[in-house]
Amino acid sequence: MTRYPSRRIAIALLIVVLAVLPAFVHSDYLLSLVDTAGIYAIVVMGLGILLGFAGQLSLAQAAFLGIGAYTSGWLTTNLGWPAWPSMGVAMALSALVGFVVGYPCLRLSGHYLALATIGFGIITQLVLINWKSVTNGSDGMGNIPAPQIGSFVFDTYGRYYYVVLVAVIACAYVGWRIKTTRVGRALEAIRENEIAARATGIDATRYKIIAFVLAGTYAGLAGSLLAHMTKFISPDSYSFDQSVVFLVMLIVGGSASISGAILGAVLLWFLPEVLRPLKTSYIMVYGAAVIAMIIFMPRGLVGVFETLRSRFARRGAA
Amino acid sequence: MINADEVAAAESGLLEVRGLVKRFGGVTAVNALNMTVRAGDIHALIGPNGSGKTTTLNVVSALYRADGGSIRFDGGELAGRPAHAIARLGVARTFQNIRLFGDLSVVENVMIGRHVRTRVGFIGALLPGGATAREERETREKAFELLRFVGLDHVAAAPARSLPYGDQRRVEIARALASEPRLLLLDEPAAGMNPAETDTLVALLRSIRERGTTLLLIEHDMNLVMSVSDRITVLNFGQHIAEGPPAEIARNPDVITAYLGGTLDAA
Repeated sequence: MTRYPSRRIAIALLIVVLAVLPAFVHSDYLLSLVDTAGIYAIVVMGLGILLGFAGQLSLAQAAFLGIGAYTSGWLTTNLGWPAWPSMGVAMALSALVGFVVGYPCLRLSGHYLALATIGFGIITQLVLINWKSVTNGSDGMGNIPAPQIGSFVFDTYGRYYYVVLVAVIACAYVGWRIKTTRVGRALEAIRENEIAARATGIDATRYKIIAFVLAGTYAGLAGSLLAHMTKFISPDSYSFDQSVVFLVMLIVGGSASISGAILGAVLLWFLPEVLRPLKTSYIMVYGAAVIAMIIFMPRGLVGVFETLRSRFARRGAA
Repeated sequence: MINADEVAAAESGLLEVRGLVKRFGGVTAVNALNMTVRAGDIHALIGPNGSGKTTTLNVVSALYRADGGSIRFDGGELAGRPAHAIARLGVARTFQNIRLFGDLSVVENVMIGRHVRTRVGFIGALLPGGATAREERETREKAFELLRFVGLDHVAAAPARSLPYGDQRRVEIARALASEPRLLLLDEPAAGMNPAETDTLVALLRSIRERGTTLLLIEHDMNLVMSVSDRITVLNFGQHIAEGPPAEIARNPDVITAYLGGTLDAA
């Protein structure tokens, strides 16, 4: 695999830079933002597999985030489980729910699928609010422990950063491998033309469920990571609005690529921070900026980079 | 070199359609159709517009569900199976209104055609070495080989939708061939082609048959049908009105009546 040596060097450099980043960021607040950006990037990558690769719209990513968070919260605070196995169960349960929800949902398409996923998201949030014996209702759950290895506890944002970084790299790797092999091609075939995909021998229902399960697993992991970072969770974070934000992150970044999902999540997560000096009018500027990005960059940030790169390549060749 | 099994298959037909019925609401598009496609033939399905040709192809490839009758392929029943299972059994197709994976490159389109002949799944994708890398390389090589076969290897990296119409039809044929089908269904492969492109297509169809694939095609270009077909089935109002070699079909009074508007004369 020597086909992209420059790309490999770039990725290696990026990982090195990311690995030493906390040494240069001394603000705990800023580090907490960076950690959250990484966690959201995982949710958006999952949505990228479902919508960007397979072309199936889900507006329930926040619900899966909630399922992951509450699974971790419940197992650690009620059963006294350590964080790592709770994360594993959170992912497994989200995958299972992804399957159970995906199976009937994916017999629907387009608007109907979108509406069904909105319905599922709202139901999930209502369950989190009202199933008080398990979720503690609107009061939320506190004292969720941080993960630890031996006696080393990932209990500061600077330390937790590395947990998130490893998760982001793992998720990006999985997404990239899927995209560049047979499963990813099958998903993209379904997105491009489902009838032709079926006639070509692709079991479209099965592959759509795989995509739905992966999207759920990614969000479940992210929810669990969020719970062990903030130590406190409450149902209001897992709303329909939040699912829409994830969708916008993906579209702005560029839906059919893993790097687009990460870029979109990071950019839109930090944009409000940049706009904070505008005070009350910030949400208006934020909205306008998102609309402008969607109009002027129809293929997302990744599309802009690709255009620039091919332009430079042409100039270099001339 | 022909063994007894092959003779039996040729006599009984690779594809046997018996009493096939397809209704859309109150309209019977295909009505008790019988058709036998012999192994190794280029078989044409012709008939006036609206006679049920495309519907028949769509039922055989399970894009539509049959309302009655049987479709036997190599002795097994196809009716009731999902489309992807039929592709897996060795029936591939192209579409009248081209259905490529437009945003993907030409070579990716053909690689997707290998789906039923490859195995790497989710777990395999995560293990980049060994079997996964080998299969990926073979898939790509096979796709390029097919693009050379249809004469499109020079545009392998281009998005499929950027190709001219005639080339897109050939990408569809390469994608279908990638699944190594025993029966290839072609819905109006020459539509929108100029005479030079049509000549290339005729040569291509013949060389596909030489590779051992049986062809069933729908076509309106009668010169093409008469020159390339071994046998022809003629449909009118969803019913079989004749089946035989081209010379016989050209003389058949029922066929001539159907094409020249016999119902008006009768009235």
